[in-house]
Amino acid sequence: MSAYGNWQPVIGLEIHAQLSTQSKLFSGASTAYGAEPNTHTGLVDIALPGTLPVPNRAALDKAIRFGLAIDARIASHSVFARKNYFYPDLPKGYQISQYELPVVAEGKLAVRLDDGRTIEVAIERAHLEEDAGKSLHEEFHGATGIDLNRAGTPLLEIVSKPVLYSAAEAVAYMRTVHTLVRWLGVCDGNMQEGSFRCDANVSVRPVSSEKLGTRTEIKNVNSFRFVEKAIEYEIERQIRALENGERIVQETRLYDPARHQTRPMRGKEDANDYRYFPDPDLPPLAVTADDIAAVKATMPELPEARRKRYVDALGLPEIDAAQLCADRATADYFEAVLATLPGEAKLAAETLNTQGALHPDAKLAANWTLGEVSAALNEAALSIEQSRVSAPALAQLLARLREGVISGKIAKDVFAAMWGGEGDADAVIEKRGLKQISDSGALAAAINAVLAEYPTQLADFRGGNEKLLQFFVGQVMKRTRGQANPQQLNALLREKLK
Amino acid sequence: MSIDAATVRHIARLARLAVGENELAPIAGELSRVLDLADQLGAAQIDGVEPLAHPHEQTLAWRPDAVTEPDRADAFLALAPDARGGLYLVPKVLE
Repeated sequence: MSAYGNWQPVIGLEIHAQLSTQSKLFSGASTAYGAEPNTHTGLVDIALPGTLPVPNRAALDKAIRFGLAIDARIASHSVFARKNYFYPDLPKGYQISQYELPVVAEGKLAVRLDDGRTIEVAIERAHLEEDAGKSLHEEFHGATGIDLNRAGTPLLEIVSKPVLYSAAEAVAYMRTVHTLVRWLGVCDGNMQEGSFRCDANVSVRPVSSEKLGTRTEIKNVNSFRFVEKAIEYEIERQIRALENGERIVQETRLYDPARHQTRPMRGKEDANDYRYFPDPDLPPLAVTADDIAAVKATMPELPEARRKRYVDALGLPEIDAAQLCADRATADYFEAVLATLPGEAKLAAETLNTQGALHPDAKLAANWTLGEVSAALNEAALSIEQSRVSAPALAQLLARLREGVISGKIAKDVFAAMWGGEGDADAVIEKRGLKQISDSGALAAAINAVLAEYPTQLADFRGGNEKLLQFFVGQVMKRTRGQANPQQLNALLREKLK
Repeated sequence: MSIDAATVRHIARLARLAVGENELAPIAGELSRVLDLADQLGAAQIDGVEPLAHPHEQTLAWRPDAVTEPDRADAFLALAPDARGGLYLVPKVLE
């Protein structure tokens, strides 16, 4: 039994990741987003007769980079093919893509699901192709406007095998690919700008059947939430149809988020007959072992490896490790904090490898990176590279916290002041006089004053109402403007109240 | 190899060519003869020969990733039968 009764959904995703190059796949026109229409086009992009495509080396290197990260086979010999169809935003009448021999084949990716399971998703292929232009149907009466700025932009189409068995699995896989392409620096992952989009092939079959059911393709969904909802809808639609004795028609469908439904696309009935053939303008693409080695030499530690290291070597909880590794810049920030934490923490870090000890400050640094820093970034709509508190500055603050110079509560105030531009942690602590009171004489005086002020509560406490301890702690904190060392205060207070 | 009228109609539609019903049969005959000619290649012995994607023994030349194209939108748009607001205009396309 599955979550869908006697039916099992089977899903494969085709993800289009726009490769983050400066120029297009086959021309020297800019790929920058948001320019005035048609200002980023060259002779090749508008398909003037007699022009020839010359491929962009950086696009190939980024494809290889992705291939290495998913442990795929990088083809030593691959071929660009023409995919023929007529549409006004495709001026050549064909899209240059790869068909029989893609540059990347047979990869795999470990995907962690929300329920804690990890699945391995087989990736059939990833191939290079050019994007089409944009059609604007709204603005002109009886006419369609064409903007070719996007035409020729390099895409990596990443095709999974049909090995995803729920909408949740499909979305978790899509998120993992999204993290990976950004991590590798091959795609900016900006979904609003269409840099990362997805088509989903969905079918259902009886649980007992090995044979795949007839599939439908949901086109161009550009948010994680809509992908999940579109697939959910489509699974339920197909099950309903099959249970009513209907047949599923193989077709392309569009998801309408406003109505939460998919509907067939009109006018594309011949769309799957593309008459592919090798592009005579482009000789075969050769990739040598040296080419692959050169890319390999620049590969970063991958997110899955880093997540594992955070758990195994730093002793972080799984959830913290996964959150830090959702984004390379966040993980780098966290590590920079750890690396600059001075004194004994650094010593401990150095002994990590030899003694297998867990890092004493890793949890503290993780908490602050995922807590205060993240919250402040969200509020200011900044990315972590733009953080107003740098990693070394945070490390200094955490060092003061750990040394007991300030309490956790005061540390948050100091952080806010640092964020507001009042200087580094030491400067804020000094200027605002926030040093924690650890002098037992000063603390004792504050405690005596509070006990003298509240004789009734004192009598109650001594009469057995132990809950009042917190009341006294609060009063002393108030009197010391939060600067009392909490552990010391607790100990002294218990002493006095005996 | 023989091509029938239905195949000609399908290919004509894919290529957006207007081919009249009375032209289908003659074109099917002509295309069949073209393919029969090419089919003679089938007699060649090709065991152990790699499929050929390109007639020249060369591999791709690459260019570095740099923006080299200036903005020539005005000149390009002037070539089009109709353009407005920086966009090429074509007859309405239904989505």
